[in-house]
Amino acid sequence: MIDDMNALLLSAFWGVIMMFSSFLFKEKSAIRNLAIAGLILLIAANILEMNGRILFHIDTRGMIDFDRFSLLFNSIAFVSTFIYFLLSAKDIEKVGENYAEYFVLIFFILCGITLVTSFKSLLILFLGIEIISIPLYILTGADKRNLKSNEASLKYFLMGSFSTGLMLMGIALVYGAKGTFMTGIPLADMTNPATVPSAAPPLSVLFTAGMLLLLFSMSFKVSAAPFHFWTPDVYDGAPAVFTSFMATIVKVAVFAGFIRLFGDAFGTLQSQWQLLVAIITAATLFIGNITAVFQQSVKRMLAYSSISQAGFMLFALYAMNMDAKEGLILYAAAYSLATIGVFAVLIKLKDFSFEGFNGFSKKQPLLAATTTIFLLSLAGIPLTAGFLSKFYMLKAAMATGQNLWLVIFAVLMAAVSVFYYFRVIQAMYFKEGDGNADMTVTPAFKSVLVFLAIVVILLGVFPGLLLNWYYF
Amino acid sequence: MIAVLLIVVPLLSGLLAFFFKNEKAVRSWALFSGIVTLVISALGLTILNKAANLEFSGEWLGNLGSSFSVKLDGLGQLLCLLTALAFPIVFVATWNSHYKNANRFFALMLLSQAGLMGVFLAMDALLFYFFWELALIPVYFLCSQWGGEKRIQVTFKFFIYTFVGSLLMLIGIIYLYQLTPDHSFSIQSFYNLRLEGNKQTWVFWAFFVAFAIKMPIFPFHTWQPDTYEQSPTAVTMILSGVMVKMGLLGLLRWLLPVLPLASYSWGDVVMSMAVIGIIYGSLLAMQQDDLKRLVAYSSIAHIGLMCAAVFAVSRIGTQGVMIQMFNHGINIIGLWIVIELIERQFGTRKISELGGLAQKAPAMAILFVIVALANIALPLTNGFVGEFLMFNGIFSTAGTKYTLVFTILAGLGIILGAVYTLNMIRKVFYGNTGTLTESAHDISFGEKAVLTAIVAAIFMIGIYPKPMIELTNTIVDTIINKSDVFSSMKGH
Repeated sequence: MIDDMNALLLSAFWGVIMMFSSFLFKEKSAIRNLAIAGLILLIAANILEMNGRILFHIDTRGMIDFDRFSLLFNSIAFVSTFIYFLLSAKDIEKVGENYAEYFVLIFFILCGITLVTSFKSLLILFLGIEIISIPLYILTGADKRNLKSNEASLKYFLMGSFSTGLMLMGIALVYGAKGTFMTGIPLADMTNPATVPSAAPPLSVLFTAGMLLLLFSMSFKVSAAPFHFWTPDVYDGAPAVFTSFMATIVKVAVFAGFIRLFGDAFGTLQSQWQLLVAIITAATLFIGNITAVFQQSVKRMLAYSSISQAGFMLFALYAMNMDAKEGLILYAAAYSLATIGVFAVLIKLKDFSFEGFNGFSKKQPLLAATTTIFLLSLAGIPLTAGFLSKFYMLKAAMATGQNLWLVIFAVLMAAVSVFYYFRVIQAMYFKEGDGNADMTVTPAFKSVLVFLAIVVILLGVFPGLLLNWYYF
Repeated sequence: MIAVLLIVVPLLSGLLAFFFKNEKAVRSWALFSGIVTLVISALGLTILNKAANLEFSGEWLGNLGSSFSVKLDGLGQLLCLLTALAFPIVFVATWNSHYKNANRFFALMLLSQAGLMGVFLAMDALLFYFFWELALIPVYFLCSQWGGEKRIQVTFKFFIYTFVGSLLMLIGIIYLYQLTPDHSFSIQSFYNLRLEGNKQTWVFWAFFVAFAIKMPIFPFHTWQPDTYEQSPTAVTMILSGVMVKMGLLGLLRWLLPVLPLASYSWGDVVMSMAVIGIIYGSLLAMQQDDLKRLVAYSSIAHIGLMCAAVFAVSRIGTQGVMIQMFNHGINIIGLWIVIELIERQFGTRKISELGGLAQKAPAMAILFVIVALANIALPLTNGFVGEFLMFNGIFSTAGTKYTLVFTILAGLGIILGAVYTLNMIRKVFYGNTGTLTESAHDISFGEKAVLTAIVAAIFMIGIYPKPMIELTNTIVDTIINKSDVFSSMKGH
């Protein structure tokens, strides 16, 4: 079996190139441009692959399968990273001296993302998750002289390793029950080849335990409650530029892996884990939204908001139907783009508290307007991509025909989310102040933000622009 | 095409208005856009009144089963005319009020007009929801930026209330959509659903809460007096004159015909809430010293009556509601205009600080008294036509056993309405002049013209309501056919 892996190889390769760039180039702008060029290549390679043009042929023995879903997801991740670079690559300079190395790590993370979105074997999943996690531990602690950054990094590393351990344990147990790492092969065929297909698959204790361990460890990675405790501290402690990357691109990519894992490996057992996922979803929504209301810092609020958005994305896992997959694609794009936009503006500020935004619309009317659009999208107001993505999720959950309480609960929580997103809008427009009077932004930065805002609105009116890629 | 233009013209002119620099220019631009919209609406009623012009259906979100379909039926005609009328009136009446960042103010006003038009025209549930929210967002910004002292909290409360309501409605819409055989959001598919009674109940409440918050119906009204008080008067006019009609339209177009069984079985509960609202609103209105709050509470009473008449599900009552929706819109805008004039002249809205205005400003007094009398439904005025039909409907309905109770209580509301309105007129316009009102001057020509136009409309509809009744005849039949449980049972 020959597999095509343009993006996977290219991202790893470009990571190595970036490594050399740190002593080849003196100017930081050269390093930055090299990174941006790498991403353009990545996007191009991925689009070629979507159209059937394959650059590298490698036999992976079916362990990796780049299907439509994973390719589209990779595209979203690459394009989001591209926009992230355009907006915030300059701000990475402020973090520390090892400018090129940060890009190296980001490219390696992208490589891990391509694995996580396309695995067919649990081993590849594990590999991908680790390739994502280890650079993230480093990026979190990149601000070496900042105690908070160090603490966040250590905390993330300890908790992350623990959950990786759980995942490995889960994989081992599932292997024990099935005798294979491949996810696509149903359990029934493996344990007892003689079983008639109509009979319910026998559930061994090994298998169930493995599945639960995988559920928990993946929940940890996407910061679903009650496995979310690391998130606010890590997102708050990490340098804001990297929080932006972590909370968006990485998170949605792991979600894609989550869906893939439970769709492929445990899809036939949906009735077994559905209620559990429903409870995790409800808890995530509740904790994310309610706690976000009480935050004083916008950065920390966004950390909690990322938990609550994860709650909505969990609907895709809960429903696991066609709507859910489409919805997750749209959600990934909508959430990533909007959050990257908000962070890009936030990074420019000196004061991360809500008061820091006071009077912002007078100083920077354009930035305030685009930020408002991003926040409206995150809150799920119609005409923005955020609304349609939430709509898809609700629709997918309703299509399952059960647990209506979950949908109503989610909607009430969405109303709660308005509280904290609108606090920023209120500060920008209706309150006086000049906390960030002396910030400077380039016209290029502004135009990228405007472009991003237009994309958010376009996706909110014509989601087909993105979703049609899933089919054609 | 008319239907599309009614949305597109305010939308585009609103977006353009953001780029104006000069306050005067943007003001004129907004008025110009409002008049163009009014002309389009008038053309749709008269010369271009052909089915092909009034309907439009375009491809949009095809894979979701939603399309951009808009249509001007009788109800839509009436409400779009009201919207198209209201905005130029508001622009002219507040011509002399100054706003910081006027370009944003007028841009948002025009955007909210586009949203309102969309709500009144949408024939697709998802599109309806889109416009429902689109009308809300600009109003949120308008009230929070240009409102009174407590504007931020008050408007936020208003926003959260309506947002919760509309999200519940969204769940209801998705639920109904899942049940349609062709997986479509179109209104026809929703009408053809004919759900079983037990499935209708919760969807009914999900929809009803959204509409009840918007109207507002007791006990969902708590946002309303504060918001009306704190908003800039131009926005208050739109909120109370046009926006509350969104809720009533929701009941008439999206609730009763889609869920007739639940509407029948919960009709008594809803009518009780509405009647409580009438009495409660009237009693509170009697206590108010602030003119804006007085009108706000009186509006709760009037809307309550309309809601009760909707749930009476009778032909004549529904007809009355539709006419009254229009009447209430222009009457209440007339009241706000005078209140705005008083506030601008004296810097206060307190009834206790005013008095004897009729001596100093006779034209304002006469015009205001006529509008106020129309508001309490004196014969010969438009209010009488609407309320007479509605009472007729409530009294003669077979939908509830308690017709007599509801009619008497609602009638009590009318009497109370006369009490507080006449009392307010007496205290503000008659008696002796106070320190504030001694140097009062009468209103300007432009203001006179606007109020005279409103008064003319009041008498025209009051004396000759036939064109309006004819306009809404067909749509009333359609709604009643779908909503009346008894007649539909006969049909099966």
